[in-house]
Amino acid sequence: MADLVLTGPALEKARSQINEALIEAGVHTVLLIDQAGNVVASCGKNRKDLDLTSLAALAAANFGATSQMAKLIGEDDFSLLFHKGKRDSIHFAKVGNELILVTIFGDEVSLGLVRLRVAELTGSIEKIFGQGN
Amino acid sequence: MALIDLSKREVHCKIVYYGPGRCGKTTNLLYIYNSMNSNAKGKLLTIETKGDRTLFFDLLPLNLGKINGFDIRIQLYTVPGQAIYEATRKLVLKGVDGLVFVADSLRVRRNKNIESLNDLITNLKEYNLDIESLPVVLQYNKRDLADSPIPTLTIEELEEDLNSRLNVQTFQAAATKGIGVFETLKDISKKTVRYVATKHLLNPNKQMEKAL
Repeated sequence: MADLVLTGPALEKARSQINEALIEAGVHTVLLIDQAGNVVASCGKNRKDLDLTSLAALAAANFGATSQMAKLIGEDDFSLLFHKGKRDSIHFAKVGNELILVTIFGDEVSLGLVRLRVAELTGSIEKIFGQGN
Repeated sequence: MALIDLSKREVHCKIVYYGPGRCGKTTNLLYIYNSMNSNAKGKLLTIETKGDRTLFFDLLPLNLGKINGFDIRIQLYTVPGQAIYEATRKLVLKGVDGLVFVADSLRVRRNKNIESLNDLITNLKEYNLDIESLPVVLQYNKRDLADSPIPTLTIEELEEDLNSRLNVQTFQAAATKGIGVFETLKDISKKTVRYVATKHLLNPNKQMEKAL
């Protein structure tokens, strides 16, 4: 696992794509994190009560834990996860080998739309950081 | 795996406290958390635990100031020490930049220390990491018990069991009282930041400088 060096232009590009695909569709927070639990980028309404550092660490651990579960049942990995809440839900998708896109959205946004947009987005974000490094 | 953010000029490093169950990894973190100024520390995250065991990990983010204009942020993690939590221990090691191995001075835990160190070496290998190339320090915890009637290991025995191959800096500690806790943290932070910085910030041939 190589160190991740983020350049301004690459981050900006990723942020604008996230904004366009998800934030404008009504999603309230999107985090791009790495598998070690660091926040690479955060977009959307940054609620002050939201502890992004802890959220990123737990999201990365959660992803790691489920990929171990996947191995136990003979899968390589679960490339996406979804947790449904009463008001807000959270959707995780793997971006390449190193990054995870975490999308937090309310019940006014449909899961189908999130899944569609995330699927489109993961490819383009992967390209940005693939070229950036 | 350090994360270097050139737009915010931040460097994020991950330090993991590793060691057998009940050796005092969480106690180290708690002492650091309780003694640090609130500007320099983040929220201490502990995942709901059974008794006083760590089930998944504890996380404490710290802010260490600036080097070369870059803000240095460190995340301290602990692992669950008990042998059965091997899978979670491995997960926490993902992307580690520096390690503190906390050893238990109690004589009855002698084998557990050795087992845990071997487990660490194996788990690192799975991420293609070599313990000898990473920044590592050893902490011999519970030294305050050496003067009590409870049978403890001598420093020589601990050195022979754990440090004969590693040959790294060691610290004697009594984490419940805070003795040796900050000495350990200071040394591993220095070593980790130096390790990450020489790889990226100070070496002119690396991509970092090109990107700047």
